[in-house]
Amino acid sequence: MSQEAIVKVEGLTKVFGPLKAVDGVSFEVEEGEIFGFLGPNGAGKTTTINMLTTLLRASGGTAIIDGLDIHRHPNEVRRVVGVVPQEYTADEDLTGLQNILLCADLYGIPRDNSKPHAMELLRLVELEEAADRKVSTYSGGMRRRLELACGLINYPKLLFLDEPTLGLDVQTRTAVWKYIKMLKEEYRMTLFLTTHYLEEADSLCDRIAIIDHGHIVRIGSPTELKASIGGDIIVVGVAESEPDISTDIGKISLVKEVKKSDHEYRIKSEVGEETSIQVIDLVRSKGLHVTKISLTKPTLDEAYLEFTGSTIREEESNKQDAFKHRVTMMRARR
Amino acid sequence: MTDELPVRSTVTTQEQVIEERERERTFRAAPKLNKSPIHGLWALTNRDLVKWYKNPIQLFISLIQPVVWLGLFGKALNFGSFISSQPGITQAEINALNLQTFGTTSYFSFLAGGMLAFIILFTAAFAGMSVVWDRRFGFMNKALSTPVGRGAIVTGKVLQSVIRSLIQAAIVLGIAVVFGMDTTYFTPLSIAGSFVILFLMAFGLSSLFVMLALRSADWQTQMAMINLLNLPLLFASNAMLPISIMPGWLQGVVKFNPVSYANDAVRQMLLGSTTTLAPLWADFGVLALFAGLLSVLGIVLSWRFLSK
Repeated sequence: MSQEAIVKVEGLTKVFGPLKAVDGVSFEVEEGEIFGFLGPNGAGKTTTINMLTTLLRASGGTAIIDGLDIHRHPNEVRRVVGVVPQEYTADEDLTGLQNILLCADLYGIPRDNSKPHAMELLRLVELEEAADRKVSTYSGGMRRRLELACGLINYPKLLFLDEPTLGLDVQTRTAVWKYIKMLKEEYRMTLFLTTHYLEEADSLCDRIAIIDHGHIVRIGSPTELKASIGGDIIVVGVAESEPDISTDIGKISLVKEVKKSDHEYRIKSEVGEETSIQVIDLVRSKGLHVTKISLTKPTLDEAYLEFTGSTIREEESNKQDAFKHRVTMMRARR
Repeated sequence: MTDELPVRSTVTTQEQVIEERERERTFRAAPKLNKSPIHGLWALTNRDLVKWYKNPIQLFISLIQPVVWLGLFGKALNFGSFISSQPGITQAEINALNLQTFGTTSYFSFLAGGMLAFIILFTAAFAGMSVVWDRRFGFMNKALSTPVGRGAIVTGKVLQSVIRSLIQAAIVLGIAVVFGMDTTYFTPLSIAGSFVILFLMAFGLSSLFVMLALRSADWQTQMAMINLLNLPLLFASNAMLPISIMPGWLQGVVKFNPVSYANDAVRQMLLGSTTTLAPLWADFGVLALFAGLLSVLGIVLSWRFLSK
């Protein structure tokens, strides 16, 4: 049951005038996993989320969320998913508690249930003390946590988080990570998140999809993605440059590539830890002295840049989105 | 939780899936949801009302505004003084002329009758602004991601504006009486009837302005639109002057303005006005039609245009 796909997307497309923002993407999200959606600005991340959460009508393709078709039963889909949008949507003039109760009312949750549940959620995100304060007095981190609590009010099976740590300080970011892990582990929730921070995706996500120009360019676990760009790099320094033992090193299993320069061998290996020991043994058995050794693991950054290229994207924007972004950043930094 | 879930049967149709999700909810101790199409309507209305009455400055301004208008228009811009300032005119002649021109004993009473619709028009005009703000600050997206009816979002905006404007109209009426409005024809029925008329007009006008704001996220455009519609709706009506003294072409325009029918009905009921535009039943008919048409249109358009 836990390995069943809770989200099945097939050929989902969104066209804005001449621009194909999302161009026939297909993927599946398994129940109980944290699924990351990475991509440069304007790659189609938020557009895809907006279609899956039924905010935006898709131009083509289908998506089935928890067995429900987003086109035919948008309201039923809305009942099973929770949404934590990128911007801060809470009403400044209401208190934190009033905001959550308002969300509960919009889902049609009766008050006798929503009141205790709202307090429980505020406790979960450590906002119990501030429950009766106006949101206008909240800090950026508190607002983000309130958004998270609002997104959980309808007991969702699947939670969408659009850049949940955008503009937050390190403490709040760590706290948000903690909540995300807890939701997965204790509540067995499926989480679908977009982010710009690769170390975040690396440490949180079970699987990652990299999207660019409206296409999914790669999908896999962080380890797989990192491995797919060639593996770990071992640099071995030797005291004498002769004899050249490159071919012998190349015969070690898991080694993919060896390059020799003056007093150094650069070795690419699938599993660097194992290979490095074997290389040291080999070098010594040839009567050479190892002067230094280093092992570098590829980061997700490198994998990401490999797949999306390093050109900076100029995102098409309109006045409304620009304004929202400014407000989001302004509130986050408070 | 999920470990103990009953084994999923092989479901084929979407309707079966929906039923199954419903059973699962019970199993996860999630509450039974109110799925009526108007759930959340009062929550949304109340949200805007709370924002209004919890903000002392906004509340104060909206209460002081009618006083200023009544004072300025009713006392300073007193068209009745053209009649009473004629040399050698007697009080009996003044009363007769007033009755003939304004349908009541003084210009102030005439204007007070029109001022009720006036305050409703100006409150309704801003009903769309809060749609624009909600879109700008993201609350609209939050609401749209919940199963609340799109019609309920729009109707909530209309209702909050209707309630606010009726409260303001009640205050205007109270102040007008203090300032000397003729109360001869006031009865509980005539006052209740007037507020039914004002309710219908508020509903229609608020729906109109909310509808215009459905797609807009730009408050400058919205402000321009308010100004474009507001003053013609006010001046091309019988709010400030009787139709009889207007040029013929304007009289034609006034007869197409729903605000005129609201003023006409209110004056017939509260002031016993005799210079009427239409019979009372026709006034009710026109406004009921106006409110009904625009609110239905607003809901229908919201299904199509409220989403991004």
